[in-house]
Amino acid sequence: MSNEILVFAEHRDGAFNKTSFEAMAAAQELGAALGQSVTAVVLGADATLAQELAAYKVEKVISAENEKLAEYTPDAYTDAMEHVVRALDPQYVILPHTYLVRDFAPKLAARFGKSVVSDCIRAKVSDGRVTFARRIFLGKIDADVTTNGEAPVFASFQSGAYRGDQAARGGASAAVESLAVEVGEVRMKPEPPFQEVKQAVDLSKADVIIAIGRGIKSQENIALAEKLAEALGGDIAASRPICDAGWLPIDRQIGSSGQTVAPKLYVALGISGAIQHLVGMKNATTIVAVNKDPEAPIFDIADYGIVGDLFEVIPVLTEAVKKLKG
Amino acid sequence: MCQWINESILMKIIVLMKQVANKDAILRIDKEATWIEEGDLSFEVNESDGYALEESLRLKEKRGGEVVVCSMGPQRVKSVIKDALARGADRAIHVVGDELAHIGPYKAAKILADAIRDEQPDLVMTGLQSDDYGFAQTGVILAELLGLPHATIVIEVDAAGEQFRVKRELESGWYQWYTMPLPALLTIQSGISQIRYATLKGIMAAKKKEIREVTPAAEHLAAAGASQHIEKIYFPLKTKQTQFLGDGDAKAGAAQLAEKLHTEARVF
Ligand SMILES: Cc1cc2nc3c(=O)[nH]c(=O)nc-3n(C[C@H](O)[C@H](O)[C@H](O)COP(=O)(O)OP(=O)(O)OC[C@H]3O[C@@H](n4cnc5c(N)ncnc54)[C@H](O)[C@@H]3O)c2cc1C
Ligand SMILES: Nc1ncnc2c1ncn2[C@@H]1O[C@H](COP(=O)(O)O)[C@@H](O)[C@H]1O
Repeated sequence: MSNEILVFAEHRDGAFNKTSFEAMAAAQELGAALGQSVTAVVLGADATLAQELAAYKVEKVISAENEKLAEYTPDAYTDAMEHVVRALDPQYVILPHTYLVRDFAPKLAARFGKSVVSDCIRAKVSDGRVTFARRIFLGKIDADVTTNGEAPVFASFQSGAYRGDQAARGGASAAVESLAVEVGEVRMKPEPPFQEVKQAVDLSKADVIIAIGRGIKSQENIALAEKLAEALGGDIAASRPICDAGWLPIDRQIGSSGQTVAPKLYVALGISGAIQHLVGMKNATTIVAVNKDPEAPIFDIADYGIVGDLFEVIPVLTEAVKKLKG
Repeated sequence: MCQWINESILMKIIVLMKQVANKDAILRIDKEATWIEEGDLSFEVNESDGYALEESLRLKEKRGGEVVVCSMGPQRVKSVIKDALARGADRAIHVVGDELAHIGPYKAAKILADAIRDEQPDLVMTGLQSDDYGFAQTGVILAELLGLPHATIVIEVDAAGEQFRVKRELESGWYQWYTMPLPALLTIQSGISQIRYATLKGIMAAKKKEIREVTPAAEHLAAAGASQHIEKIYFPLKTKQTQFLGDGDAKAGAAQLAEKLHTEARVF
């Protein structure tokens, strides 16, 4: 077994996903604490991408090559990564917790008879042992998780858990090693990725957003929030379950699978604050949260919070805003 | 490895449904601080699993065939099973065991694989992620163990044409279609279709449907090397200074908030 950490870098259309550098930062921090070197791996022959990785403070970069890696499929990526992991025999395999990684990493770990410590937000090292922290119950509770230490340990890190701009760069460029990997039968055939026809509403330019979550209870109640939006001159948006239920169209959805916004004011009404929602709105200048649960994770990013019933808050707030606006 | 089993167009679909704590439940941490107090908790079906069932039922209605629900956990998970049968599933497999709600995704997938392998399904559907542990892995590992191709975060299924196609959600508004052979495993994203309610007729009919109980092989349970283990759980440390308004009085809080937004944050 080698004394190293392997970090997986994800790319599409010739560019790295920014969470790849967050995973790199996580791997470097673990490496420093454990006294292990970091090796980065990129799949699919792309010399430019491999060189980009080599500028970081890594032992080396593995460029795993096979013509079947030209486009992502879980079958090809799993075979390729299995080959790389068996060849390097690392202690840890660190990945960003992206949709692509979610799609193949559990299959990869299963080949080693284990699962991934997935969606971690922190990792601490003491006495050479790593304790990972992951959020459970949709962000309401944190869990400290350990493994039995058997290498390789697979761990994926949540977007934003580490800062990509803190991934250290190396003095000289690291060596890039090409590795021809074996890939077996690829059973699924991807078509090109696409975006739905241009969205009718573009919330990315809105100054004020009033967002509703499951706490709104019924479609009829949305009218209440609309009155507040009108008073504040803002737009209505929602968490995923509201759009899933068809109460608002999908182009009103904020979050990892919806729109990303950064308004001056974001009012979250009856939204718990799951990470997939937070990534879409955490850069708002002022965040207000109204929730009857004082432990709701949304409060962790709110500037102003009201613990209470949104049905009491909205009418009073709407009237008070109208009055102040004169 | 499984082969394409049904020459006819009939489909046998297995849906995996997990029972989790009710989303609105107030969570309290237990004495050992390794899980939540479950004594007075109410439970419900995992959100995306409800959509996996709905999609299975729709596919069965179009193609003909059978929908089999499989749930693993203590006796309380029977309520998830009965609800699924009332909505239209044909029969169920209950993998029984008190400790089975708390095993990692690899072990869970091993046991579930044993429970459904002999059924030789054409399609297995799971939710994309459990709302309690949130591993987002059981389905994918299960596919590997059963030798099936898989697709995750599926938001549309097209079984009308000659080839079986699924639409996957990618990040930030991107999508991608995949063509894949059957049998296969899909992990379903919430919102794939509107969920039906159980009818009174469905509830009556469910009483006659088969629920087969199975217990996992002892060697799986005993197998050491759970690849991950919870040491302790706790409420997240708050990192931001939030100004809480109203002190429990929602209306007073609302009035103060309007003032603050006007004079402090100056958003209007
Ligand atoms: C791959 C993936 C992608 C996802 N993409 C997105 C996405 O883009 N956007 C998104 O939003 N989610 C997304 N999700 C779902 C996300 O994980 C959460 O399930 C979702 O954000 C929860 O929505 P919610 O907060 O409205 O509902 P819940 O979590 O059910 O929260 C409802 C809240 O309302 C409060 N409440 C109830 N009644 C009242 C009342 N009367 N007054 C005040 N408060 C009340 C409750 O205390 C609770 O906190 C995604 C999930 C996955 C796995
Ligand atoms: N105990 C269980 N019983 C039935 N299905 C399960 C169980 N655990 C996980 N699953 C399925 O696997 C999916 C993913 O779970 P997880 O890997 O825990 O995020 C869930 O949405 C369920 O469909």
